[in-house]
Amino acid sequence: MEPTSTPKTGPEASDAVRKAAEAAESEFTTMSGKPVKARYGADDMAGDADLRIGEPGQYPFTRGPYESMYRGRNWTMRQFAGFGTVEETNQRFHYLLDHGQTGLSTAFDMPTLMGYDSDHARSLGEVGREGVAVDTIDDMEILFQGIPLGEVSTSMTINAPAAILLAFYVLVGEKQGVASEQLSGTIQTDILKEYIAQKEWCFPVEPAMRLVTDMVEYCTDHMPRWHPISISGYHIREAGATAAQELAFTLKDGFTYVERAIERGIDVDAFAPRLSFFFNAHIDFFEEIAKYRAARRIWARELKETYGARKPESMRLRFHTQTAGVSLTAQQPLNNIVRTAIEALAGVLGGTQSLHTNSFDEALALPTEEAVRVALRTQQIIAEETGVTNTPDPLGGSYFVEALTDEMEAEAYAYFSRIDELGGMVEAVRQNYPQREIGEAAFDFQRRVDDGEFTIVGVNRYVTDEEDVPLLHIDPALETKQVERLTATRAKRNSAEVESALTALKDAAAGEANLMYPILDAARVHTTEGEMIEAMQEIFGTYTETPVF
Amino acid sequence: MSAAIAEPKTDRKIRVVVAKPGLDGHDRGAKIIARALRDSGMEVIYTGLHQTPEQIVETVIQEDADAIGVSILSGAHMTLVPKILELLEAEGVDDVLVTVGGTIPNKDIGDLKALGVSGVFTPGSPTDDIVDFIRSGVRDREL
Repeated sequence: MEPTSTPKTGPEASDAVRKAAEAAESEFTTMSGKPVKARYGADDMAGDADLRIGEPGQYPFTRGPYESMYRGRNWTMRQFAGFGTVEETNQRFHYLLDHGQTGLSTAFDMPTLMGYDSDHARSLGEVGREGVAVDTIDDMEILFQGIPLGEVSTSMTINAPAAILLAFYVLVGEKQGVASEQLSGTIQTDILKEYIAQKEWCFPVEPAMRLVTDMVEYCTDHMPRWHPISISGYHIREAGATAAQELAFTLKDGFTYVERAIERGIDVDAFAPRLSFFFNAHIDFFEEIAKYRAARRIWARELKETYGARKPESMRLRFHTQTAGVSLTAQQPLNNIVRTAIEALAGVLGGTQSLHTNSFDEALALPTEEAVRVALRTQQIIAEETGVTNTPDPLGGSYFVEALTDEMEAEAYAYFSRIDELGGMVEAVRQNYPQREIGEAAFDFQRRVDDGEFTIVGVNRYVTDEEDVPLLHIDPALETKQVERLTATRAKRNSAEVESALTALKDAAAGEANLMYPILDAARVHTTEGEMIEAMQEIFGTYTETPVF
Repeated sequence: MSAAIAEPKTDRKIRVVVAKPGLDGHDRGAKIIARALRDSGMEVIYTGLHQTPEQIVETVIQEDADAIGVSILSGAHMTLVPKILELLEAEGVDDVLVTVGGTIPNKDIGDLKALGVSGVFTPGSPTDDIVDFIRSGVRDREL
C-alpha cells in the first residue's frame, strides 16, 4: 500500500491555503468527529466556572477526587496479566512486583470468563490463551502463592462469574490468615457492559443483575476495603464507541447499579464510596482528558442530586485507566510504545487512580516480558521524570479543555435522555440500543481510516516493509496440565459435599437469598466454577444475543 | 446486460458466512466486515458469537455459502480453523472460499494457508481489500 495524499497544511502550504483550511473548521475534528474551533477563549466556558470547575478534592470534583492528587500519592501501576496456567501467571506477578509495580491485575482466560471449566468441550484450544485458567480454589491458591493478600491490592477482570472468583479469593485470603475485611482490590462485575460490548455472559440480564446486587450487598457487609464493581467504559470504547458514548453508557450503567442497590434497601452512602470506574485512554489527547473530567462532574452531581448521597466520598468518582488496545497497530509495532505513552499521559492529566499501559506487541499476541517491562517503565517515566505530577489538574482552566469537558457532559446527558425514553439501561440493552450505536460508530471510524480521513501511522500513511518482533508463545501443553490438575481436584474432593453444596446453591437461586453465601460454601468444598455456573443456569437460564450489524 | 457479459454459472449474489468461533467476544471486526460485504452487494449471514466449528459448518452448508470469513482474536486459531477445515472436508464441501481475520501472528499465517485457507487478514487490513479478495476469489472458483 502506498502512503496516501500529502498533508493539507504544513510549512510548505501557502498562507491562502492555510487560511482556507482554517476556515473549513469541519476539517479539524477530534477523533470522535467533534469539530474543533480555530481558537477558544473565555466565551467558550459555560456557566459559573467556580461551580463547574471548582477545586481538586471538592464537589463537583471536576479537577480531581483528591486535594493533593499525585503530590499525596502516585497512581497505582497495575499491569493486567494472565496467561497459561496459574504457575506461569504467578511468576509474571512476581516479575512485575519485583520491577516496581504497585498492584496486581488478573486476566482470566475465555473459558473462565464464560463459566466453562478447562475440561469442558467448549474450552478446547482456549485454555490459558487470553488469560489464566482458574477452575477451583486450588488454582486460586497457586495464583497468589507468595503474594501477601493483606498488603497487595488485586484487581480481577471477571464479570458473569464474578461472585465465584471473589469467593475463591476470599477463601485464599482466609488460608493466608487475612480476613475478608482486610482484603483490598477490585472485581469488575460490570455485567451490563458485557451485554453491550465485551460479550462474555452466563445468564439472562435480570438474574445477572441480581447476582451483582448480591455481591454489592455482601461486600458492603464484609469487605469494606473492596470495590465490588468496576463500572467499565474500556470495553465499550474498544468495541468502537466514541469518547462521548463511552462516557454516557458507562455512567448510565453505573446509575443503574446504584438504583438496584438502593431498591435492595442499602444506604447509598454505605456502598457508593466503594464503586469505582474503568475508562479507556485513546489517542485523541484532549478529548480523553475532557472525558475523565466530565465523568467526575456528572457522577458527583447525579449521586448528590438524584440519588441523595450525603457523603462526599459517595460523589467522588475514582477510576482505573487502560490505554487503548484498539489503537495499537500490528504494523511497525514499536510505534505503539509512543501511542501508549501519550495515552497514558492523558490518563494521568485526567486524574486517574490507577493505570495499565499496553505493551507494544499486543496487536499480535499476548505480551512478552520485555514488552511488559517497557510498558511499566513508560508509567514510571511519566511519574518520576516528567514533572506532570507536581500539581493537581494542571490543565484546569484551559479554555479548550474546559469547553471540551462541557461538550462531553452535554453529549452524555443527551444519551441519558434517549436511554430513559427507552425505559432505562436494562431495557435499552435488551433492545440492542447501545450495541447499535457502538456498531455505527465503529463502522464510521473504519470508513474514515479506509478513506484516509483519519491517519493511522504505519497503516494508512508512512507504510514500510515489516520486520517481525519476537512474540510470546503459549505452549499448548499447558492446557493438558490444567485439565490434569482439575481432574486431580475432582478425584480428591468429597463428592457428597459438592452435591449438597450445589443443591443449596440451586435452592438459593430459586429463592431470594443472597447467593454469595452458598457460593462461598460450594467453593470451600472444591466445587468448580463450571459446576456452580451450570447449577445456576438450571434456574436462571442462559443468554443468546440477537446480533445486529 | 447479463447476456452481454459472460457471467459465471449463476448471477445470484455472492453468499458469505461471517463466523465467530470460540469464546471471545471481540466482534467489532466481524461486524464491520459483515456490513462492508453487505454494502458491496453480497448476501451476508453473520453467525453471532461463541459458535462451535460444528455450528459454523452447518451454517455454511444450510446457507449454501460461497465464502466464509472466520474472525478470531482469541489466540485459538490453530485449534479452531483446522477443525472447521476438517469438518468442511468431511461434509464434502470443497467449493467454499475460506478466509480468516484477526490477531494472527505471521508465523501462523503460512500454516493456515498450507491447510487450505485462501486469505488471512490481520489488524489494519483495509476493508475494501477484503471485499475485493472475496469477490475475486469466489468468481475465480466459479470459472
